[in-house]
Amino acid sequence: MSLHFIEVENLARTFPQPGRQPPLTVFEHVNFTIEKGEFICVIGHSGCGKSTILNILAGLDAASEGAFVMDGKEVSGPSRDRGVIFQNHSLLPWLSALGNVSFAVRARWPEWSRRQVREHSLSYLKMVGLAGAEHKKPSELSGGMRQRVGIARAFAIEPKLLLMDEPFGALDALTRGVIQDELLEIWGRTHQTVFMITHDVDEAILLADRVMLMTNGPDARIAESVVIDIPRPRDRSAIHQHPEYYTIRNHLVDFLITRSKSLQGRVGGPGQQPRSVNPVRGTGVPDPGGTPRVVGGTG
Amino acid sequence: MAGLKIRAAILSVLFLAVFLGAWQLATAPPGATERELTEYEIMMGLGAGSGAGMPAPTEVFGLAWEELSRPFHDSGPNDKGIGLQLMYSVGRVLAGFALAVVVAVPIGFVIGMSPVLNNALNPYIQILKPISPLAWMPLALFTIKDAATSAIFVIFICSIWPMLVNTAFGVASVKRDWLNVARTLELSSLRTALFVILPAAAPTILTGMRISIGISWLVIVAAEMLVGGTGIGYYVWNEWNNLDIAAVIFAIIMIGVVGMLLDAALAQAGRFLRYQE
Ligand SMILES: Nc1ncnc2c1ncn2[C@@H]1O[C@H](COP(=O)(O)OP(=O)(O)OP(=O)(O)O)[C@@H](O)[C@H]1O
Ligand SMILES: [Mg+2]
Repeated sequence: MSLHFIEVENLARTFPQPGRQPPLTVFEHVNFTIEKGEFICVIGHSGCGKSTILNILAGLDAASEGAFVMDGKEVSGPSRDRGVIFQNHSLLPWLSALGNVSFAVRARWPEWSRRQVREHSLSYLKMVGLAGAEHKKPSELSGGMRQRVGIARAFAIEPKLLLMDEPFGALDALTRGVIQDELLEIWGRTHQTVFMITHDVDEAILLADRVMLMTNGPDARIAESVVIDIPRPRDRSAIHQHPEYYTIRNHLVDFLITRSKSLQGRVGGPGQQPRSVNPVRGTGVPDPGGTPRVVGGTG
Repeated sequence: MAGLKIRAAILSVLFLAVFLGAWQLATAPPGATERELTEYEIMMGLGAGSGAGMPAPTEVFGLAWEELSRPFHDSGPNDKGIGLQLMYSVGRVLAGFALAVVVAVPIGFVIGMSPVLNNALNPYIQILKPISPLAWMPLALFTIKDAATSAIFVIFICSIWPMLVNTAFGVASVKRDWLNVARTLELSSLRTALFVILPAAAPTILTGMRISIGISWLVIVAAEMLVGGTGIGYYVWNEWNNLDIAAVIFAIIMIGVVGMLLDAALAQAGRFLRYQE
């Protein structure tokens, strides 16, 4: 049955509300699939439930309804085959950069020798350009360096699925660019499956194979799955000149400005996959003006 | 920065000199320094001979020199060296304190991790906490029947609360993010407790320990005055009965010095455990 690496079926999350108010449905009818090695970005307005979805995939939160199947097995609870990069780095402040990475590596492979753990951890710190800073505590590192340690920690345990919640949200544009490049390079080498939340349309186009667009919450859905087929390797400085860049960008921005609101609570349904869109080829593109037209793509 | 420190040090020494000078003048025997004293006496409203019985600082220093040159001599129950007496007191404080650590830290840990237990035990902790440790003394003497052990029990009971409350607070306020890191790595509860919660809460726990040892040192003097026998508290009481005020003053100073050293030792330990977010 499971032809896809990851299948999310009819996921919903409701929160009880104080008093006699009916429970708040943050999102429902969330269906999507991810293939092995795909880089997925999720974009949506603040409060639509992106972090909640990610936490459910990480096993840190439980869905109210629906299922999450990975590699043919339904998952519940956290596990080491899913690595998480948190929004605010969440490094352990009493450990050095190396200590933080080896902490995860040791948990992942308890049978490894001290030396193996150290060498493995160091190689990942080197990969994010932190060779030489491995003995510094997080408080002695810059914001960008801390985020890099977080990336090294997540990649070092070689998870089957890497979950990132706005990993570069707190960084300035220059640092952000540099780390995006590093992330692309590491991903190019390891080809991990990535599920990443971002607020930044340009970041999503640079990194993703597909961008999932969420309508506003409450009652949010994943409305569209936009294919980004700009060839790789992508170059951050030249990608803007790609002839298809602005077609894609306009489509995404247009969704955020108009359709995220006009489609709120009006698309999708039980078992319905998001509309698959390729703005460049013009397939699946909704009518200009954004009239909701329910198209039941089957993924 | 260095300039600031030097100026502060000079000022400190100056304050001490003024204090000792005033003390010396106030306690000087009348007649010997009559001319210098009159003006001072008028100003302070002191009558001649008001300092009688109060030892001059020189007297205290003389005694201190004598005592500190043979701190560990032992010539019977009423004549032991100050070092020996302090060792008895420090020993009791450390014994009671160590017992309290063994009890308070694990219990505080569990309370901090379980909101239910926290709420269930909180009323008892709140009632037991403000009880003066000396109020336990009769009960301790009655049940334990041994004066020295009773003193240790009193130290135990007074140092347990700050550590319990601080440990529970430190454990309860460990950041969710750090616990999530442990969860995504599938760390066992024991490993999470040892390698995430303990280091995260360590500075708060140590603050509790520092408060505890400070209170213990305050309480031991009073406790030893009650139970007698040995210790710095007994020494003070004994010298008061001998009306040897110089010895009492000397003991007071020593109590302050040792208390400061105990606090500094824990502060030093805290420096290793503290982290910056
Ligand atoms: N524990 C909770 N109890 C009640 N409501 C919650 C809880 N956690 C999240 N929510 C609600 O769920 C909604 C989605 O929250 P979430 O953090 O997933 O948003 P987000 O899309 O990640 O937003 P942002 O982009 O700002 O990070 C919000 O309206 C929030 O108020
Ligand atoms: Mg979020």
